[in-house]
Amino acid sequence: MADDDEIILSELEDDDLVQQMMDDLYDGMKAEIEESVNILLERGWTPYDILTKALVAGMTIVGHDFRDGILFVPEVLLAANAMKGGMAILKPLLTETGAPKMGKMVIGTVKGDIHDIGKNLVGMMMEGAGFEVIDLGINNAVESYLEAMEAEQPDILGMSALLTTTMPYMKVVIDTLVEKGIRDDYIVLVGGAPLNEEFGRAIGADAYCRDAAVAVETAKEWVARKHNRMAGMQQAAAG
Amino acid sequence: MTPDDILTRKGRAPEGRGKVLALACGALAREIGALIEANGWDHLDLACLPAILHNTPDAIPARVEEAVLRHRAAYARIFVVYADCGTGGRLRATCDRLGVEMIEGPHCYAFFEGTDSFLARAEDEFRAFYLTDFLTRQFEAFVIAPLGLDRHPELRDMYFGHYKKLVYQAQTDDAALTEKARACADRLGLAFERRFTGYGDLARALARA
Repeated sequence: MADDDEIILSELEDDDLVQQMMDDLYDGMKAEIEESVNILLERGWTPYDILTKALVAGMTIVGHDFRDGILFVPEVLLAANAMKGGMAILKPLLTETGAPKMGKMVIGTVKGDIHDIGKNLVGMMMEGAGFEVIDLGINNAVESYLEAMEAEQPDILGMSALLTTTMPYMKVVIDTLVEKGIRDDYIVLVGGAPLNEEFGRAIGADAYCRDAAVAVETAKEWVARKHNRMAGMQQAAAG
Repeated sequence: MTPDDILTRKGRAPEGRGKVLALACGALAREIGALIEANGWDHLDLACLPAILHNTPDAIPARVEEAVLRHRAAYARIFVVYADCGTGGRLRATCDRLGVEMIEGPHCYAFFEGTDSFLARAEDEFRAFYLTDFLTRQFEAFVIAPLGLDRHPELRDMYFGHYKKLVYQAQTDDAALTEKARACADRLGLAFERRFTGYGDLARALARA
């Protein structure tokens, strides 16, 4: 997509540089993304603006083209890797500069499953959207989720599975939350290749997320709903 | 194109003989053909969908349905030689709706080993990556090219970093194929184990077809 002949990133105007960053993300050019992030920081851009206007915007295009069958998994991974390079520079600065916080998510691949590519993409896009993400990694038993939720008090629990044989474990986790009377304290989102909406509903999740972009939109929507519900309850209590 | 390439990309048309059609994944064509021949199952005809659907399981139920509807008038019965194969229960729902039987279990790795023993072992072996005879022969088409490892070998550990070993489920005794499977393991940075399975539950399932 990008024309790599003799583009001097530091000589580009802001708008052109942002456009170039989107091209570089699309092409998975990590070093160029890192360089551009540093250039924009030097020019006085806030970390939040760089994140949202260049990196997240660029990854959104990658996500759409993946969904539409234009890009495939290797290209998405390369793009994600490039974004990760930019995020590594921005992440410490985002906290310092008081970037908006959307909420907190605990996410992990379920017990018996070691696949984490989709989960990692979701985690990265959620961070890009302003969520704090606690990533539990792979092969998580119900105890691991419960411990993290107790310690972190997240808004959202995200579970991922790639295998037909491991996806039923999501129900084990949700049933345990129900047994403990804490199911409704969390928004539960699930995803992974063999899942579908019907499965999500059947196991008692709040939503099935087809891909990382859908996960972000779904998370925002459910967090907004949760906040509205809590505000309504507070008003009712006050009235 | 080699015969395996054809099974990967195009599948195989039925020969128009026999009363029962085995509608299978192209990855099973050789094995089913061998079983038909060895057992003298003249009532069985074989049609295969492209084996590469293995990499896009979402597409399997619709392709199976289309093939069942296309062929069912010519046969007394159709037996779908797929397991769930990553369809998350959707293939089972499709087969139930169409009134055709399919193979029990999650995938061919399970029925080659024997589904019960595979599942019993699954908890201790979830860091294993499996290859069958067919997948070993078609390793480039099913693993290397779709994952972009030919163009971007640096992605290998993002895909396989959590795996420990490659289990080659051998349907046949073939020293050259075993060496190829070992080379596949080396290429993925995994330990190698050869496990002779023969045709496992596939033979028993087809005997009922």
